[in-house]
Amino acid sequence: MLKQVEGSIAVAEAIALCRPDLVCAYPITPQTHIVEGLADMVRKGKIKSNCQYINVESEFAALSVCIGSSATGVRSYTATSSQGLLYMAEAVYNASGMRLPIVMTIGNRAIGGPINIWNDQSDSMALRDAGWIQIHAETNQEAGDLHIQAFKIAEQLSIPVMVCVDGFLLTHAYEQVEASTQEQVDEFLPPFKPMQALDCDDPMSIGAMVGPEAFMEVRALNVAHFDNALEPIQEISEEFEKIFGRKAGGLFEHYHSEEADTVVVSLGSVNGTVKDIIDEYRKEFVSIGSFKIGCYRPFPGKQILEQLKHAKRIIVVEKDYFAGVGGCLANDMKIAFRGSDAKIYSVIGGLGGRPIFKKSLMKILDRAMEDELEELSFIDLDRTLVEREQVREDQFMSNAG
Amino acid sequence: MSTELKPDFCQTGNLTAGNRLQSIDVVSVQSTEDRANALTSGHRACQGCGEALGARMAIDKVMELSKNKVHVVNATGCLEVFTTPFPETSWNVPWLHSLFGNAPAVATGVQAALKAKGMEDVTVIAQGGDGSTVDIGFGCLSGMFERNDDVLYICYDNEAYMNTGVQRSGATPPTARTATTPLSGPHPGNNFGQGKNVPKIAMAHGIAYVATATIANVRDLEAKVAKAMSMKGARYLHIHVPCPLGWGSLPKDTIKLARLAVESGLYPLFEGEHGEITGVTKIRKKVPVDEYLKLQRRFVHLFKKGADTEDLAGVQAIADAHIKYYGLLDDGEK
Repeated sequence: MLKQVEGSIAVAEAIALCRPDLVCAYPITPQTHIVEGLADMVRKGKIKSNCQYINVESEFAALSVCIGSSATGVRSYTATSSQGLLYMAEAVYNASGMRLPIVMTIGNRAIGGPINIWNDQSDSMALRDAGWIQIHAETNQEAGDLHIQAFKIAEQLSIPVMVCVDGFLLTHAYEQVEASTQEQVDEFLPPFKPMQALDCDDPMSIGAMVGPEAFMEVRALNVAHFDNALEPIQEISEEFEKIFGRKAGGLFEHYHSEEADTVVVSLGSVNGTVKDIIDEYRKEFVSIGSFKIGCYRPFPGKQILEQLKHAKRIIVVEKDYFAGVGGCLANDMKIAFRGSDAKIYSVIGGLGGRPIFKKSLMKILDRAMEDELEELSFIDLDRTLVEREQVREDQFMSNAG
Repeated sequence: MSTELKPDFCQTGNLTAGNRLQSIDVVSVQSTEDRANALTSGHRACQGCGEALGARMAIDKVMELSKNKVHVVNATGCLEVFTTPFPETSWNVPWLHSLFGNAPAVATGVQAALKAKGMEDVTVIAQGGDGSTVDIGFGCLSGMFERNDDVLYICYDNEAYMNTGVQRSGATPPTARTATTPLSGPHPGNNFGQGKNVPKIAMAHGIAYVATATIANVRDLEAKVAKAMSMKGARYLHIHVPCPLGWGSLPKDTIKLARLAVESGLYPLFEGEHGEITGVTKIRKKVPVDEYLKLQRRFVHLFKKGADTEDLAGVQAIADAHIKYYGLLDDGEK
């Protein structure tokens, strides 16, 4: 059944069908509508489990509550954005270190300062190496569907999963979504059987202190399990398609990129814009395609290299920009393509909610295809302003010194 | 609670564990054969550790009353480190450690999970030292209180960050030497602030039960655990636990110090329900704070030649204020 719903509600309804035992979150824009939706469904008894909804005093507490409940053996969910993710960072690492299969939505939003509530992906990028699987949604449909897959991935592998959903662009946008049924979800997602849990009949100490004599092995084991997640993530996506009759998730998705000379690589909702652009180029018979990365962590570098080995140039479009790193996705791509002849361009756009216009991105792609693009470029950045202010502020600081 | 006990026929140390002259119904769990031994021997606490004693006393009582149906959440700190060096553990209970500042929230999650599973007969304990309780985990603690989650939180207060090498915490008493309040400058040791009295702050939350206890009075401690466990909702127990390493005291003096803290008035024993004080343990024989302080090297500067007498007087004033506020002396006594 097709429904016209807000992205957040599509996500909330998908989670509800997964019969979570515990939902615990702290409000932060743009994640709020998801947890408001869940709070309402719990109150109205619409979730077919004895679901506990816990209001807490911080994101740190929200994930900590999930750590407690997951370690007690129940299906646990939280959601956050931006500063909230950073505020819970210590617990984020703790949850993956203890291999607790918590599912968390990231309503992707910029991180401050300066404070900014709008969309980019610097929040989930900032915690990309925390040992959580990260999967990205392109549409509201996929945002909902990925959560159903996320519980299965998390619980099958005993690794927590972040589902990254672009704030506002998806969370607050209304789109047609095909709703899943309880029967479909029940067929797809078995009840949660924890790897280990607190149990009075079998007392266990969970979270012991590990010293130098064993820490390296524990860490290596943890990373080994993490690195093995790619295959199951792909399989679960295919299993999903069989039961629900639609594609969602998986490691990547081609759009005219199987044989194209020029390939645009991106994460999340910007792929919609990119695909529109590809359609326009294709009318002119330009050899260009879009390649969407669905699973960002673990990073399927080998698979991407295999899929795009024909490409002459790869243009990585992403919504994050870090001091000392630049674009995270571009960096990962450069590592995956080291030794390859393909030229990798890093394009940064959409920071702090700035719209990515087709026209602006096309100008950049045109220049790339003429081999005139710099290795690092920005979509609609007012460079003159940045350079003028840089000079002025340098002068001020030297006067002050 | 202790007023119900009959110490008349007892020998010296009449309220300590193992007193064979007490009737079986008031005898301490610690002196019974079938105690659960929640925290087994072989752990790595220092000699004379008050926290190890306090934790064993409290959790053994919880085990007895809950018939071993208990989940324990532990904050990072000495108690966590000395009991669970992987692959060993001293705990005979289902035990979970996550972080330094989140034990109350983790316990909320454990309790909510038990509720979701329809297993509300399992008692949930959260425990930590004063650093995690009064400082870094205080936000989570207040949240757990405010929601009235069905968790008994136990704080083992040794008045500083002992696990990291004796740094000042929000529970460190004025003038005490710690590694970050050294014995130098015009006012050596910790400053005189308002202090952070978490038992009183817990009372201000209006939670079901708040009590302070000491390892020098086992049956009072156990009675308070029992009282807490007879109630539902958020409950808080604050146990004073001397630390020979951090306080510069002799291991053999741990129990003595715990007793002198009470007898001097510096550590008042009281209990309260829903924000009202319902009972205090009177001081049997009041001692000046000097007797308590002199046994600890962290206060050595107070008794040196030329020491600022105001500092010592300030500590005595705190004890006197406690005695007055809680009514710790019988009428007519001073």
